Amino acid sequence: MSNPTKPQVAFYWCASCGGCEEAVVDLADGVLAVVDAVDIIFWPVALDFKRSDVEARPDGSIAVAFVNGAVRTSEQEEMAHLLRRKAQFLIAFGACSHLGGIPGLANLWDRESVLRGSYGEAPSVVNPEGTRPQEAWQENGRLTTLPAFRDTVRTLDQVVEVDYYLPGCPPTPKLLMDAVQAILSGALPPRGSVLAPDVALCDQCRLKATKPDRLLLTSFKRPHQVLIDPETCLLSQGLLCLGPATRAGCEALCPSGNMPCTGCFGPTSRVHDVGAKLVSAVGSAFDANSPEAVEAVLSSIPDPVGTFYRYSLPASRLRRKVSQVSPAEAAQ
Amino acid sequence: MEEQRIGTANGQEPTIVAFFCTWCTYTAADLAGTSRMKYPPNVRIIRVMCSGRVDPQFVVEAFAQGADGVLIGGCHPGDCHYVEGNYKTLRRIALLKRVLREMGVEDERLRLEWISASEGDKVARVINEMVGAVRRLGRLDLPAKRRGWDAEVLPHHGPTEAPAAAAASTGR
Repeated sequence: MSNPTKPQVAFYWCASCGGCEEAVVDLADGVLAVVDAVDIIFWPVALDFKRSDVEARPDGSIAVAFVNGAVRTSEQEEMAHLLRRKAQFLIAFGACSHLGGIPGLANLWDRESVLRGSYGEAPSVVNPEGTRPQEAWQENGRLTTLPAFRDTVRTLDQVVEVDYYLPGCPPTPKLLMDAVQAILSGALPPRGSVLAPDVALCDQCRLKATKPDRLLLTSFKRPHQVLIDPETCLLSQGLLCLGPATRAGCEALCPSGNMPCTGCFGPTSRVHDVGAKLVSAVGSAFDANSPEAVEAVLSSIPDPVGTFYRYSLPASRLRRKVSQVSPAEAAQ
Repeated sequence: MEEQRIGTANGQEPTIVAFFCTWCTYTAADLAGTSRMKYPPNVRIIRVMCSGRVDPQFVVEAFAQGADGVLIGGCHPGDCHYVEGNYKTLRRIALLKRVLREMGVEDERLRLEWISASEGDKVARVINEMVGAVRRLGRLDLPAKRRGWDAEVLPHHGPTEAPAAAAASTGR
């Protein structure tokens, strides 16, 4: 089964959409080189190995474990601890395990409101008895269990120590290939590094030359509201492109396709709170000098948290909604 | 028991971090002091060159480290030593307020005031009002909240206080 001469590699997913697993498959021909160089010993989405197979291995015997997805359930947490123990390198793979990702936006609610929404209030749900999944259920003398659903979504490094981060939603095949090669050759940067360039996305954007020194925007627009000029900096067109405060590495894929950057690569090393930094950047980019004018411009940003912390709410300094404010107050 | 009592009393008293621009509001705070005006001792003043130097990250960090309110003082519009630093502050703080509101941080916990060098009395009044408002809201105390959120997970070995530090580590 496993070849002891090749480094052993494990993949696992937690709270994520599956796109990161897809990114591995997207290596295309490259995946053959990877499979040739390493021995995949655990990959639930593609190969039939069990948790007990991993448990049976000696500690530290897996060379690298790639874990994608945020940590929401007790099972994901246990798997993170298990893979941490068994692997020499634990890699947070993709925006969700790196910063919390899209699932991390659930930190704007708590466990009860999520369950109430999913098993009660969603328009497509018919559940008059209010049945909800139970963590343990006994029937005919047999006990069945489900993982516990936590109140808070966490990044991987809030649960276990992480050696390296591969950013992106998902990481590009090139970054993954570079990372695999760096690990196999032992040419690794200091522990804790994000395996992507430490400059802003604008640096890789083909529209960079058209970005004016001074932006004086009077309103922000969403992509469906304007005809986008494909040859001009998107931010200068009033589109909320997050390139100025997002790490490079994707080679500006989204702006190249006329879509403003949404920030999936997270911050560069100088930023401690992505959303707050973006608030700073956006505040400098528009032109309004009275409270009324400021409010008028800001009303064109309908969802500030969902915009500025789209991939990073659990990694933010506040981490989650800190107290309940009524929806009416929040909408003001 | 004695310790418990003191701890509780301290726990009720809010802390407010104030960023004052050196040209106007800090000078006004100086004036308030030399004029022997009284205001509550809950405020920790940090002197910055301009209110425009207050990165919204500073505000979020203050809350994350346990501040219950953040006060920012700058020059009146048109009076900024750096011409338009305070206009940037105005925009940034308005936007930050929207973000914080959605995160459950009440508006009264973040206040922006224009206070000129001669308005020592305004420093005292604003601090009085803000301490009162934050006292009514109660403490935010994020470090304690964070311990509460973490109580639901297995003891972990990762960074607790500074998840951002990992994200912020150097790349190549």
